[in-house]
Amino acid sequence: MSLARSGRALLGQFSQLSRGASSQYPVQASWNFKDALARSYATVLSDLKYAKSHEWVKQEGDVATIGISDFAQEELGDIVYVELPEPGSNVTAGETFGVVESVKAASDVYSPISGEVTEVNEALVDEPAKVNSDPFSGGWMFKAKLSYSGDLDKLLDSGAYEKHCESAGDH
Amino acid sequence: MRRHAQQILSRLASNQSSQAAACDPLSKLSQTCVAVPAARAFASDADLLKTPLYDLHVREGGKMVPFAGWSMPIQYKDSMMDSVKNCRNNAALFDVSHMCGLTFKGKNTIPFLEGLVVGDIKGIEDGTGTYSIFTNENGGIIDDTVISKVADDEVYLVVNAGCREKDLKHLNEQLSKYKDGGVEMIQHDDRSLLALQGPAAMEILQPMTDLDLSKLYFSNFKKVDIKGIPCFLARTGYTGEDGFEISVPDGKAVELAEALMEHDRLKLAGLGARDSLRLEAGLCLYGNDLTDETSPVEASLTWTIGKNRRDACDFLGGEIIKKQLADKTPTRRIGFVSSGAPARAHIQIYSNEGEEIGEVCSGAFSPTLGQNIAMGYVPRKYAKTGTEFKVDVRGKMNTATVTKMPFVDTTYFKG
Repeated sequence: MSLARSGRALLGQFSQLSRGASSQYPVQASWNFKDALARSYATVLSDLKYAKSHEWVKQEGDVATIGISDFAQEELGDIVYVELPEPGSNVTAGETFGVVESVKAASDVYSPISGEVTEVNEALVDEPAKVNSDPFSGGWMFKAKLSYSGDLDKLLDSGAYEKHCESAGDH
Repeated sequence: MRRHAQQILSRLASNQSSQAAACDPLSKLSQTCVAVPAARAFASDADLLKTPLYDLHVREGGKMVPFAGWSMPIQYKDSMMDSVKNCRNNAALFDVSHMCGLTFKGKNTIPFLEGLVVGDIKGIEDGTGTYSIFTNENGGIIDDTVISKVADDEVYLVVNAGCREKDLKHLNEQLSKYKDGGVEMIQHDDRSLLALQGPAAMEILQPMTDLDLSKLYFSNFKKVDIKGIPCFLARTGYTGEDGFEISVPDGKAVELAEALMEHDRLKLAGLGARDSLRLEAGLCLYGNDLTDETSPVEASLTWTIGKNRRDACDFLGGEIIKKQLADKTPTRRIGFVSSGAPARAHIQIYSNEGEEIGEVCSGAFSPTLGQNIAMGYVPRKYAKTGTEFKVDVRGKMNTATVTKMPFVDTTYFKG
């Protein structure tokens, strides 16, 4: 089935939000990012690193915690299902680790780092909406043992990520 | 000059492929046209048609998306979940001016139309309407429509935006073939269409008209002044709620919408909420659930075929449909609920034994019920309520159970 694949565009490249995305709606470039930002100034936390595809990483020693950003949850809308990796499996930087389903669409989410999954946020099974209400804390998705901490150097800091979100409005 | 006509001309001039227009309603975009041809066709927003409410949508925070050649709001500031709930609990106002309103006039209006649709138009009372189906020569569905009989010699109907060109071509061809004459078609390209839906719809509309709305029942139609504006008022909709569809002259559309919006129980709602609402109500979306290749019998819309018309089946494709009425079709459209991730359109359906048996045509998470709902086509032996099968969502075989539709009870106003 191609949902996940066709949903690739969504988080990966917001400018394409739906071109192939989604299974459901023709939300294209005209999805109004500027207004979305102007409306609610997405929160960006300073102690995290961010992928251009809108996932965040928090590093503590060789353990990384991964989730999606406030901007991402806002754009996706009401999240109704989160598909997470299996503990013990390996994730690779830049590749999908799961799927987030909103009322609108199914969207792939990409791992910002490579490593072995040590724990997933089981609470999201029953309460996927935590990703909306608390994206940086209660809505975390998984923890992994980093295989290469250099992965984090390739990610954006909060300032760069904030600019990245703003420029999403210019597409 | 007529707004749509003008815009359509400029669209044609810019080499707009008809493919995009052929894929209509909502998810259809996702599928048949997979949004790719659409994206190509509408290189910029400037190519898209705009309804008279466009500026109002933008002002109200509408997220405008291309839809069947139009720039339409998919949602406003509220989440889709909240927007659906507000329609179920209060009232929602949808701009559906992209849809195509038509009037047929003349002494042969009804015989002409009955050659093209499966419904018993002759048999319904003046001032009432019915949901019906335009069939093609193979018994497939060209489009679905709500037909209102104004009088014996006047019928008003609304067809899907995405089927507009196809329907008009078909209707014009049929008109030119119709030897008895006595029927003409009028396109209401100078009118907008507003859908006011939800339990508060009547209390919102009543102060604006002298017509006693407590006497206007579900499916009734009346030409009436609303705020002094000459409107076509139909007690119908696409949400399962009580409500109205109001055809209003373009120049008065904003004035009427703004007057309705003054009511504190009413909120604007977009195409996203509309799609969730119609699926919860078990209503079909052309392009997803109905196509040129599905017949009304297969689509579980046998009830739309007028009882007085089943012997003769004297409409396009009638012979094939008559045979289907007798022998049944191998597959039919059913509703089901499922566990896990939502089973969206095009997901494959498997028997518990692992045999591929069908495909999902529409599916989503229901904001009202808090669970996954969907429609699909399966062989009749799997169509009974309570039957279990599997849906393959990204390799996970989730359990699904056939469920009666509507998923959410309808609350049509029947007096």
